[in-house]
Amino acid sequence: MPWWGLIVLLAFLLVVYLIYTSATYQDAYRFLVAGVKVTILVTLISFSIAIVLGLIAGLGRVSKNVIFYTGASVYVEVVRGIPLLVQIIYFAYVVAPLLVQIVNSLGAFMLQYTAIQPLMGLAHTLTNLHIQDVDVTARAIAGLAFGYGAYEAEVFRAGIQSIERGQMEAARSLGMSYFQAMRYIILPQAIRRVLPPLGNDFIAMLKDSSLISVLAVRELTHLGKLNRARTFRTFETWNTVTFLYLIMTISLSLVVKFIERRMAFEE
Amino acid sequence: MKSSIVEPLPMDDDIIIEHLYKSFGKVKALIDANLRVKRGEVCFIFGPSGGGKSTLLRCINHLEAPDSGRIIVDGIPVTHAKTNIDLVRAEVGMVFQLFNLFPHLTVLGNVTLAQEKVRKRSRGEAERVARELLERVGIPEKANAYPGQLSGGQKQRVAIARALAMNPKIMLFDEPTSALDAEMIKEVLDVMMDLAQEGMTMVVVSHEMGFAKAAADRMVFLDAGQIVEEETPEELFKNPKEERTKQFLSQILY
Repeated sequence: MPWWGLIVLLAFLLVVYLIYTSATYQDAYRFLVAGVKVTILVTLISFSIAIVLGLIAGLGRVSKNVIFYTGASVYVEVVRGIPLLVQIIYFAYVVAPLLVQIVNSLGAFMLQYTAIQPLMGLAHTLTNLHIQDVDVTARAIAGLAFGYGAYEAEVFRAGIQSIERGQMEAARSLGMSYFQAMRYIILPQAIRRVLPPLGNDFIAMLKDSSLISVLAVRELTHLGKLNRARTFRTFETWNTVTFLYLIMTISLSLVVKFIERRMAFEE
Repeated sequence: MKSSIVEPLPMDDDIIIEHLYKSFGKVKALIDANLRVKRGEVCFIFGPSGGGKSTLLRCINHLEAPDSGRIIVDGIPVTHAKTNIDLVRAEVGMVFQLFNLFPHLTVLGNVTLAQEKVRKRSRGEAERVARELLERVGIPEKANAYPGQLSGGQKQRVAIARALAMNPKIMLFDEPTSALDAEMIKEVLDVMMDLAQEGMTMVVVSHEMGFAKAAADRMVFLDAGQIVEEETPEELFKNPKEERTKQFLSQILY
């Protein structure tokens, strides 16, 4: 084990010791551990969506279809130029209300032109939808996923472009369509190559999920704020928050290292 | 599938290339290339590197889109915008200089994938065809190996089997032995020789003059994007007509 590993381990052991022995630490830990669950859950869901968005946009970035390429490029370039925190706020307080308004007017439109009874019920529900009915956690997840999707798009693009041109040519020469060649030849190889950068982005997102505390989602950082306000124990609170984040990120980065090593062995 | 756009063709022509032009930026790769390959014929294309040999070959299955001119493969106009090129490609096998095997699939997977996805054969049927072909190219025992575990000669034989599995009417070979160590060239040429003797229509871009002598019906000398001379191997080796051909042959024949 390297020296930095030893030092980190000692710091960990110290915090664990404190949590076991000190009542204030124990109290903070008990309060905060619920936030770990939310943080992990939010990150898992957001990252899954981001990967899907990224894969689609990444395919767009290498596509010869002008509309697909342009759409994907606008998405990637715009999103990468906006701070993630601003995006999260923008999604929660601009995009979500806008969507609700659209749904409302859709409902109103249906009310005006529909006489069919079961549709009337649906129309009323749509019209009466209020922005407060849209869970703030869902809005936070949307913001995070949309923001990270742009970065994953570039990861996938790089992965696809790293596959030798001959692979696509061989697949096409056998009569496979572009889509089939992507699906069966290019993507399986590209995805393998981008697993380590995807893993790193997952860790980065786990940390950036602390930004959604501004929406009062009860994840780890927000619970940290609440705990400090509740107990006035600034020191213990933020020590424990930091410790919990590090436990998650360092164990995840060990997993990524393991994947990297296995891939190096395979190639 | 045959298109009515094209006038009736002489039945014995598998490939017709007319007035083909192709440039890459300022480099003119092909200048007014005309070529006909009869059914069952082995057409051997040679010439200095950068002369347009590979480009001509790659235009046949539209891996390269020509700037102008017409190509008809098995009665289908490849250069026509409405042609579904995937259908043509399924009938035209191609073997590459660098093999281009799919590294994430086993040898068997390499040979069965396109059969299942393009020819819509069942897994069992595709595997039966694949094992038969692997037997034929002499490496049945490597069915479950990955390309990374094979020698260059073995890789190229798998690549040939992969192309043959589609039951192509035409086979294109793009310098199939140029990336091989000397001792592996023969095993690949042997497989190609078998194919030629079975009557496969073949277009071969290569420097293997021995193979040309033994198997080619016609040799085509391509230099600076132009077809300089077309002749049977006997004639071409004995008395080449064009100065450029003579010069090239004197440079490569020891």
